[in-house]
Amino acid sequence: MKTFSKLLGSVALLGASVAHAGELEVTHWWTSGGEAAAVSEFAKAFDATGNTWVDGAIAGSGGTARPIIISRILGGDPMGATQLNHGRQAEELIEAGLMTDLTELAEAEGWTDLVNPPALLDACTYEGRIYCVPVNIHSWQWLWLSHDAFAQIETPVPSNWTEFAAAAPKLEEAGIVPLAMGQQGWQQNGAFGVMTIAIAGLETWRKVVVDKNADAARGPEYAAVFEAAVDARNFASNSNVQDWNLATNMVITGKAGAQIMGDWAQGEFQMAGQVAGEDYTCLPGLGVNEILDTGGDAFYFPVIDDEETKKAQMALASTLISPEVQVSFNLKKGSLPVRGDVDLSAANDCMQKGLDILKAGGIMPSGDMNLTADTQTQIEDLMAEFWTSDMSAADAQERYADIIASAE
Amino acid sequence: MKRGPVMSSSNARRPSSLFRNLSAKLASIPMVLTALVVFVGGTAWTVVYSFTSSKLLPKANFVGLDQYERLWSTRRWLISIENLAVYGFFSMIFTLLIGFTLAALLDRKIRGEDVFRTIFLYPFALSFVVTGLAWQWILNPDLGVQNVVRSMGWESFTFNPLNDPDIVIYGILIAGLWQGTGLIMCIMLAGLRGIDQEIWKAARVDGIGTVKTYVRIVIPMMRPVFVTALVLIASGIIKIYDLVVAQTNGGPGISSEVPAKYVINYMFRAQNLGQGFAASTMMLLSVVIILIPWAYLEFGGKKRG
Repeated sequence: MKTFSKLLGSVALLGASVAHAGELEVTHWWTSGGEAAAVSEFAKAFDATGNTWVDGAIAGSGGTARPIIISRILGGDPMGATQLNHGRQAEELIEAGLMTDLTELAEAEGWTDLVNPPALLDACTYEGRIYCVPVNIHSWQWLWLSHDAFAQIETPVPSNWTEFAAAAPKLEEAGIVPLAMGQQGWQQNGAFGVMTIAIAGLETWRKVVVDKNADAARGPEYAAVFEAAVDARNFASNSNVQDWNLATNMVITGKAGAQIMGDWAQGEFQMAGQVAGEDYTCLPGLGVNEILDTGGDAFYFPVIDDEETKKAQMALASTLISPEVQVSFNLKKGSLPVRGDVDLSAANDCMQKGLDILKAGGIMPSGDMNLTADTQTQIEDLMAEFWTSDMSAADAQERYADIIASAE
Repeated sequence: MKRGPVMSSSNARRPSSLFRNLSAKLASIPMVLTALVVFVGGTAWTVVYSFTSSKLLPKANFVGLDQYERLWSTRRWLISIENLAVYGFFSMIFTLLIGFTLAALLDRKIRGEDVFRTIFLYPFALSFVVTGLAWQWILNPDLGVQNVVRSMGWESFTFNPLNDPDIVIYGILIAGLWQGTGLIMCIMLAGLRGIDQEIWKAARVDGIGTVKTYVRIVIPMMRPVFVTALVLIASGIIKIYDLVVAQTNGGPGISSEVPAKYVINYMFRAQNLGQGFAASTMMLLSVVIILIPWAYLEFGGKKRG
């Protein structure tokens, strides 16, 4: 009975806390070990400003969480703040006036000068107003190589995709899967995107993805990409795992030679106690074209008609982008900070490589920022089919070009 | 004087037809309203907006049949329809066949009937998500059936439906049958118990064999039970979603996609309401095409008879 009344009390407290000012419910989908540790950095810093962070983690990936978040905002039950990938996902919510305008705060703190690369802030900008706070940069363009696997076939660890492709038959002979690949559309689509940049180059990519030029997608540069994708498909034909971290684990244990995966894979290597450069190697841009995309996560603040809540929202926005929080969060998350003026000497080998590329300006906008969710789903469907069937490179290219032609 | 009673009798009759069982009619008003507003209204709204270019939010921006043209030229939708047809056809036949056979066997007054009935009905107590996950493991080549058979010495045995795009839908079918036949068996058993024992005695006197009695006499008598079972199975087929999501999530590739998953994906993940509405309208249409002739035969015939 005592526990029950305690429970009742805490429920009542919870109910009251929602109405209380200075408390924000923040929804996000960072639930894995490393991610949760990173989020708690945000919570700590926000609590230190005298407000209270009410954690609203949604288990599952963005694909699961995003519909929940959007339907809550549309349904008139908005949270105080929420994670979303910036880009076109929130475009219509902004259009409908459901997101808080952060322009004043951004101007006061000079975000336009701080945020590097500036494309990040552009993705938060809609008709000249700023609606979100970018918090990190995640890039897809990494090839992770297992030293153990290459030691087994007595071949030096490749330094680019071509060398890797040449070594692949040897790996296969030794019973090692050359390329680990989770059998999920987004992973296959991501890997394809990485190969596009590495093989077709940034200019062609820009024509296709930014300008939606279907003729460029039918051209010889993309034909080469699809040919390479067919090779990669053969390399990965014995990779029977689903989730990306299981695929990464194949690389960690030396059962697979390599994996194309974003920089979040680094957390897995770290957890396994592996050291960059000794146990594994990371090659940005497949070692061919050292360009990183600037996708990432951002926080949006739904409009809530309450002065206190608005104040707390502004305080959180300001906290998220402050230099100390940027460092502590991104070190735990394994991602790169959104501002160029912070010290990240504690970062490991791979992160340093990424920082150098950022400094050198080897950046591109991410697909999220240019393609609608609709177009991306269509491409993912195509990729899912392409990677699991024996569809020819030419067929896949033609269908890809059709999707680009009909994209908005 | 002559008009008076006529009027009063007609007055007295009219309210009697309208207000007869007044409380029952009043009580059903909420359900009638719900049906009209939520089901009919919601359906009509969905159909209307399937002709628009709505993205994340519904917008009355009409584009004619564009969404339908795109839908029917999408590989994923065509594969979904094909999968539903295969799953539906085999699920219907095997559920009825296995369900009835099990029920008929239990009906032979065997010992321990309660135990068997419980065992067969148990899978139905599990949700599709649990069923899907359990069968994902059972059919996993490294953990499940294939591994067990191989470890018993048959090294070349291969049974890996979930990773083969050509037969993955049968892997889902197995799980669906395992989950669904128990309920159909129970319904069939109830139907069999409803058959008068005198009929069995009469058949025995006439020297008709057991199987023949079932096929020729008992099954025709169980027509209403079969109709109930048919409706239950059919609605289960058309709405299949969670089983696929849990077991394969549409994979490998898009080879085990189903229409309901297409609808959900395009409405919420791809943020293209128009496309999702068009797909759900097609699902409704397919149900209507099957249902209307059937309802006409089933209920229209009775009125005439």
